[in-house]
Amino acid sequence: MNISARRVDKATILDVSGNIDMSNSLEVRKALLREIREKGVTRVVLNLSAVAYIDSSGVASLVEGLKASRDTGLRFVLYGLSDSAREVLKISRLLKLFEVYEDEAQAMAS
Amino acid sequence: MTPIAAKRPRGAKKPSKMSRSFLLKLELRSHPTLLCVIRGALEPLVEMLGFSGEYGRSIIRAVDEAVSNIMRHSYHGRLDQPIEVYCNRLQRRTNGEMELGVEILLFDCGPAVDTTKLPARSLDEIRPGGLGLHIIRGSMDSVQYRRAGRLNRLRLVKFAPSSKGGCGSAEEKPS
Repeated sequence: MNISARRVDKATILDVSGNIDMSNSLEVRKALLREIREKGVTRVVLNLSAVAYIDSSGVASLVEGLKASRDTGLRFVLYGLSDSAREVLKISRLLKLFEVYEDEAQAMAS
Repeated sequence: MTPIAAKRPRGAKKPSKMSRSFLLKLELRSHPTLLCVIRGALEPLVEMLGFSGEYGRSIIRAVDEAVSNIMRHSYHGRLDQPIEVYCNRLQRRTNGEMELGVEILLFDCGPAVDTTKLPARSLDEIRPGGLGLHIIRGSMDSVQYRRAGRLNRLRLVKFAPSSKGGCGSAEEKPS
C-alpha cells in the first residue's frame, strides 16, 4: 500500500493505492491524523479510487479520521469507493456518516 | 511451522471435517502480511464455485476478518503461529431449487474463546474497533464456533441462491 499527499488550496488530498488491512491500516490512520492536524487545512480528502479492499481495521482508521476532523472542525471527505469498500461501510452502518463522492471534482466542489 | 494436525494431542478426537477431501487447504503463519495471500487464493475459488460480485466479496471479507481476529485475539499478535483454512463446496435443495454453497473451516491453536466475551459492540456507537465480528456475521449465512480438542474451529457457510455452473454440475452430491 502507498499513501501520498497533495495540497490543493486549503485542502489536502491523500491518495491511497493498494489494499487496506490489518497489516497496514496503522499507516493510514497516522497519515490521516497528521493531515487533519496540519495547520491551515480546512478539508482532508481521501482518494480511495485505487483501493480495492478495506477491512475492519481500515474502517476503524476512517472512523478515527472522522472523529478527529469533527474535533478540529474541518471536513473529511472520501471519494472513489470500490464496491467492496462501500459494502463494508454499509455492513458496519457507517456509510451515512461519511461524506462520500464519486470523484475528485465532486469531492472538491462540495 | 508445526502443522496444526501435529499439535493435536495423542488420543484426541480428530475433527470430523479434517478427514474430508477439501477443494482448498491453506496452512499459514499468523502474520498479517499473509492476509492478502488468503484473499488472493479465495477470489478465484469462490468465483469457480459460482459466487460472483457481492456474494464472492462477502465470503472473502468474512474469511479475512476471521483470520485477522485469530491473529489479533487468539494469538495476540504473535506472528509465527499456525492457522489452517479449509474450503469446500456445499449444495442444498430449497423449494426445488438447487443452491450452491461454500463452507470455510478455520483452525487455530490459541486458547479457547469465551464466546460471551467476544469484542462485538453496538453499531450505534461511532467509534473505531469491534467491527470484525459484525462484518463476519453480516457477510455469511452461518457462523459457528466450537472448541475441537485443543483447537479453535470456526465454520463459515454461505449459499448463493439460484447460482448455476461453477465447479461441478448441479446434480453432484454434497461433498
